[in-house]
Amino acid sequence: MTAGGWGWLVVAFPLVGCAVVSLAWRWLPGRSAGWIASGAVLGSFGSAIGALAQLQDRPAHERTVVSSLFDYFHTAGVNVDMGIQVDPLSVFMALVVSGVSFLIHVYSVAYMSSDRGYARYFAYLNYFVFSMLLLVMAGNFVLLIVGWAFVGAASYLLISFWYRRTTATRAGLKAFVMNVIGDVGMVVGAFLIFRETGFLDYQHVFAATDHAFAVNDGTLVAACILFLVGAFAKSAQLPLHTWLPDAMEGPTPVSALIHAATMVTAGVYLIARLHPLFEQAPAAGDVAAIVGCATLLFAATVALVVTDLKRVIAYSTMSQIGYMIMGVGSFAYTAGLFHLMTHAFFKALLFMGAGSVIGAMGGEQSLDKMRGFRRAMPFTFVTFTVGALALSAFPPMSGLFSKDAILAFQLDRGGLYAVLAIVGYIAAGITAFYAFRMVFRVFFGDPVEQAASLEAGELWHGEHFNPATGEAEDTDVGFPGPEHHIAERERPMRAAMAPLALLSIVGGIVFIPGVTDVLERFLEPAFEDSRLAGQQPSVGAEWAGLVLGGMLSVVGIVAAWRMYVYRPGITLRIRDRLPRVHDFLLHKWYFDELYDALVVRPALAFGRFGQTVVETAFVQGVVIGGATSVVRAGTELARAIQNGYLRTYALVLVIGLSGLGLYFLLQSS
Amino acid sequence: MDVVWFVVLAAFIFCIGAAGVLTRRNPLVVLLCLELMLNAGNLALVAFSRMVGNREGQVFALIVMVVAACEVVIGLGLIVAMYRRRLAIDVDEMRELSG
Repeated sequence: MTAGGWGWLVVAFPLVGCAVVSLAWRWLPGRSAGWIASGAVLGSFGSAIGALAQLQDRPAHERTVVSSLFDYFHTAGVNVDMGIQVDPLSVFMALVVSGVSFLIHVYSVAYMSSDRGYARYFAYLNYFVFSMLLLVMAGNFVLLIVGWAFVGAASYLLISFWYRRTTATRAGLKAFVMNVIGDVGMVVGAFLIFRETGFLDYQHVFAATDHAFAVNDGTLVAACILFLVGAFAKSAQLPLHTWLPDAMEGPTPVSALIHAATMVTAGVYLIARLHPLFEQAPAAGDVAAIVGCATLLFAATVALVVTDLKRVIAYSTMSQIGYMIMGVGSFAYTAGLFHLMTHAFFKALLFMGAGSVIGAMGGEQSLDKMRGFRRAMPFTFVTFTVGALALSAFPPMSGLFSKDAILAFQLDRGGLYAVLAIVGYIAAGITAFYAFRMVFRVFFGDPVEQAASLEAGELWHGEHFNPATGEAEDTDVGFPGPEHHIAERERPMRAAMAPLALLSIVGGIVFIPGVTDVLERFLEPAFEDSRLAGQQPSVGAEWAGLVLGGMLSVVGIVAAWRMYVYRPGITLRIRDRLPRVHDFLLHKWYFDELYDALVVRPALAFGRFGQTVVETAFVQGVVIGGATSVVRAGTELARAIQNGYLRTYALVLVIGLSGLGLYFLLQSS
Repeated sequence: MDVVWFVVLAAFIFCIGAAGVLTRRNPLVVLLCLELMLNAGNLALVAFSRMVGNREGQVFALIVMVVAACEVVIGLGLIVAMYRRRLAIDVDEMRELSG
């Protein structure tokens, strides 16, 4: 089969899986819906490998295959195919997305098994993977936007999966609205590109870019900024980030899937995919780099004080995506995508570990209530720690190599980028600290009640409640199911976490400076037209960066150890001494409050104005009232004429005829 | 004789018929007046036909008479039906069609 054929299979498998699960759920016993969905994603992964093998057989400069299934629409001047583009970049993304998604599906098979919406969950999950793969494989802007919007819809469905929780439905709405802001940016940006170049498919647009636009051409910069709005909304970058922490209302594997490995990386992929446009508009690239840098610092500081386990990981995701956006924004594509890959591994792993811990806590998510799970959950402890080590870029974990690939590249470019890199290094130290804040607070110390009962062999099943508000809940459909599941007792969960832990450790092997460059050689054909294609920092500089990064990571971990294990209580004293700073961080730099005052309240006030003045007074009073009274008056008149007297009708007839006759007489004379 | 006399006579008869239709309330008389109007039209047709010198006008007049006969049959049938059902023989009483 050709590379294009494999590419279509990559997209088709999850779609078929979604259709099968959603149509046949009534007849799927036990956990079979989950296994069918997992199989579909595994099929996708296999097809991606097939496409990879096909691409590698071709000569390096012919590794871009465009395949069209049929005409999407061809009208005057607008030609859009139902087309995909299979090249190293899209295949790389498809491999990461489908591979990690498959493991998360397997994890969910056990984790969600007592939920009443089991089949619905897997239908949504497959639909999400389909949308994401469509986004990745799309060969033109139209399909890209279709996939982009599908992903937003799927994330809405999954975040609001427990639809009887008002906090969850509200979080879903927030995510959807934020994403739609991004979608609008994407559509308008694509329109600007189309207006200037006349094409909508990547190959033609990129070929036309250099003629159509001067460097930093105003229109192109505007288009790229609009694309960035889309990227920032999907990737939860400042200032469109507020939906991501709230999205933790969804089931934990959803957080692992959407908010670690796939959807939030769409923005990174977008910039890498559109790099010929961004390189022609370096100003827009700088915007991306600066925003990414601001986000990574912002999110890292917030992660220091948040006490909800999943939200800490969510902020860490924002922070790590910030690194990637900063990387691809300053044209370090390979490094950015490398970090995307390793991040997908260790962040999915961290979420899975968090899910296991939350299961053991009976749904409780607050770090304040967790302690001492080390002996009770050895498997979760080891894998979670591996994930945390990779996140804090501890040598020789994968996270170290990928993060430092970005920072070293930026230091090498110098100037503004060097400043950004220094901020990146500072945040790397903070990252190590908050990563191990989680580890030490969850797994060390005296075991809490739940941990103690688990050590005694009894999984804690407390009351069912909403972890965000504490409201009591039942276990019917629309709320989490009655059973909790932990990795120690569920083989599928362990089967999903073990490979991720392994990959988190050794994932860096594909791109060690001076030793291996598999990833770079693989991605090279996709980025050979880049202006900075040949530019790489020297091996010595990279290793210096690695040593610095490793040291910062150790410093962060030791600091966390001192504060949370060696001498617990220091943190309370710091909090008491700096209450303002703590409040500022705890309120996430007051972004939600700011948006509430700037957007939400005015929008509500405007809505109320519309309801009372426009709707009630104008529409119902003037428009609808006016129209009905005119019609009513007209019918009254018509009724008055129809009085039923035969002679009146005859008289009207005679008068009319006489009038007509008179007219003709006057005409003829 | 000039055709004008015939046409003026026809116009008189037509006006008498029209006035009868508009003023009388007895359906029988209304029907008679309707016949007057039709025959005024017939007279005009025959007169013009004679003036022009072809026979088509005469044929038209004959056809109008046939139609008038049919109409009278229906009209008289209606009046008889009204009488049988003991309804008032008065067109002003028959106004159920008013809106």
